[in-house]
Amino acid sequence: MDNWTFGFTMLVVGMGGTLLTLAIMSLLMSLLKRIFPYKEEKEGGQK
Amino acid sequence: MLEAILNGLGGLIAGFANLELSNVIMILIGFLLLYLGIKKDMEPLLLLPIGFGAIMVNIPLAGLMEPEGFLKTIYDFGIITELFPLLIFIGVGAMTDFGPVLANPYTFLLGAAGQLGIFVTLFMVLSLDSVSGALGLDFLRFSKMEAVTVGIIGACDGPTVIYVASQYARDLLGPVSVAAYSYMSLVPLLQPPIMKALTTKKEREIIMKTSKTDVSKTTKILFPIVITILGGLIAPKGLPLLATIMLGNLLRESGVVPRLAKAAENEIANIVTLLLGITIGATMSGPVFVQPRTLVILALGFIAICLDTVGGVLLGKFLCFITRGKINPLIGAAGISAFPMAARVAQKEGFKYNKKNYLLMHAMGANAGGQIGSVMAAAVMLSVLKGMGII
Repeated sequence: MDNWTFGFTMLVVGMGGTLLTLAIMSLLMSLLKRIFPYKEEKEGGQK
Repeated sequence: MLEAILNGLGGLIAGFANLELSNVIMILIGFLLLYLGIKKDMEPLLLLPIGFGAIMVNIPLAGLMEPEGFLKTIYDFGIITELFPLLIFIGVGAMTDFGPVLANPYTFLLGAAGQLGIFVTLFMVLSLDSVSGALGLDFLRFSKMEAVTVGIIGACDGPTVIYVASQYARDLLGPVSVAAYSYMSLVPLLQPPIMKALTTKKEREIIMKTSKTDVSKTTKILFPIVITILGGLIAPKGLPLLATIMLGNLLRESGVVPRLAKAAENEIANIVTLLLGITIGATMSGPVFVQPRTLVILALGFIAICLDTVGGVLLGKFLCFITRGKINPLIGAAGISAFPMAARVAQKEGFKYNKKNYLLMHAMGANAGGQIGSVMAAAVMLSVLKGMGII
């Protein structure tokens, strides 16, 4: 594989993959926050 | 008898006789690193042992990096096996509060954009290699894996850089490590001009609402587990990097193993930092390090870290646009791994342009996202390389 193809593939797939992975992580964390909201847990802790 | 005495005396001056100019230059560089660490307080935890290691290894005939030499033994044990950067990552995970990024999950994206420098620099290194033949400049020649290693300086994350270099381009371990740690400590100087150049005064003055930063303990405990599984499935080749930082964070957030968490962030991290530092210094022997290529690597590393800031700020501008001015693009600059320095820079710059502006919590989110982003970028890169059959 020549340098240009390799470099361009790494740029697009690497950067794209990183953005996509962190976007999925971001969505998952938002979901976790909704499932386990802070307030409810605090109340649970006081019981 | 006279001959024996002369031979004995010869042994005492052999060190001086074998001292090369490159050794002298590296001893001076070792002094410079010590000076920066001790007098300027620039990453002293790393620069001090690296500087001392560089001085030690450049004293001729000591054999410290020869088979069974004491630095070579540590090097083989901790660097070749990739053990040291991974152990450091357990400590980093135990030290880091990911609460700010969990409070504002969109800041994960800024952490991804802050890795732009890795991939653009990789492309640049390969371009240099392509034109090196035409220009007749051999020091611009880099193999694909060397290009990956130089690009990874853009992770702005010492252990990640060392992990990748120790696997794929051991000859570059010294220069890339020094570049990563030096530029990390220069973040407060490097970032502000770029932030200013890429944003308008109006954008810099945007006041961001103080968001709720409370995150449930369950979410904080699940975070490292979920990220390890997800990240590992997407980029299995980088799982050691991701899993160790997440293990450290789980020790911290679980709250049930305070002794392990403390050991990870103190004893283990401290001992490994010391050993890592002197062995990195030990890779800086004069004949290997004093080459035009080293300067090229340092220059490319500088570009990589500047491009990270560009990537973060540009995504910040995009988010500012789509939220109709609710996000201050300056926090994008914090999407790199230099924690918490980059967040402080964003806060300081925002406050400079608007005295009512407190960006710190948002910037801390981006900065914690940058920690994950740098590890994830390396993991993705290794997995893409594996997928392409390069490694």
